[in-house]
Amino acid sequence: MFRRQAGRYVATFAVDEVRVLRKVASEVVGLLTDGFDHTDPVVGRLFPAVYPKDASGTAEFRRYTEGDLKTAKIDQAGAILAALPDEAGGEVRLDAEAAEAWLRALNDARLAMGVRLEIKDGTDLGEELDDAVTEDPGSSRVFQLSVYAYLGYLQESLLNALID
Amino acid sequence: MGGMAAPQVAPVETPATDDVPAPDRQWVTIVWDDPVNLMTYVTWVFQKLFGYSRERAEQLMLDVHHKGRAVVSTGARERMEHDASQLHAYGLWATVDRS
Repeated sequence: MFRRQAGRYVATFAVDEVRVLRKVASEVVGLLTDGFDHTDPVVGRLFPAVYPKDASGTAEFRRYTEGDLKTAKIDQAGAILAALPDEAGGEVRLDAEAAEAWLRALNDARLAMGVRLEIKDGTDLGEELDDAVTEDPGSSRVFQLSVYAYLGYLQESLLNALID
Repeated sequence: MGGMAAPQVAPVETPATDDVPAPDRQWVTIVWDDPVNLMTYVTWVFQKLFGYSRERAEQLMLDVHHKGRAVVSTGARERMEHDASQLHAYGLWATVDRS
């Protein structure tokens, strides 16, 4: 988890954490490049219709803004990939700009996972996880829910370090 | 859409009144509640993007959370679209509407 140290935001990650972060950041990049599809609900959530009742107004807005927004989201996911140690555990040290890029990228990853996991208002993550474990401890849902919870803690710790 | 050149027309006498409909004040940016974004994160984004005080940002975040939506900025349509796209970069669910 992140802490502030001499003007930098510092965290130490185990090798498994590095792998998970690399995977989720790469998945976001994949979603925004090769896999970009407006009918995908995840893309719908990351690029919301700015005029919900006006399809042509929304299309016009996207025509002017979507390219930049996509680039920004790819860059912020790239900030995670750039700062992670290679294939091993280790320390990550972020300046303020990189820390903010991480915050936004962690948020994008959580939004994407939240859509796939069908997280709703009032979803109790602990309960969801217990249910999933009871059903099948080795399932992908158990893994995904754990990663989702982990990214939330990580984002919150970075935010607290930034605000302090 | 904003940013386009206005059609070339002869200048028109502007009515001598302060009550001209104010197109600059007819639009709002709305942020909607969603189950993923952390409350502390949403507050931080409002402070960061709009320069709101901690108190004002927190109140807006609570409005979003409890009422399902909140108006976070008001102004010209072009400006509101800019705000919405900034909010989208931070992952907030923002829309633009007439006020």
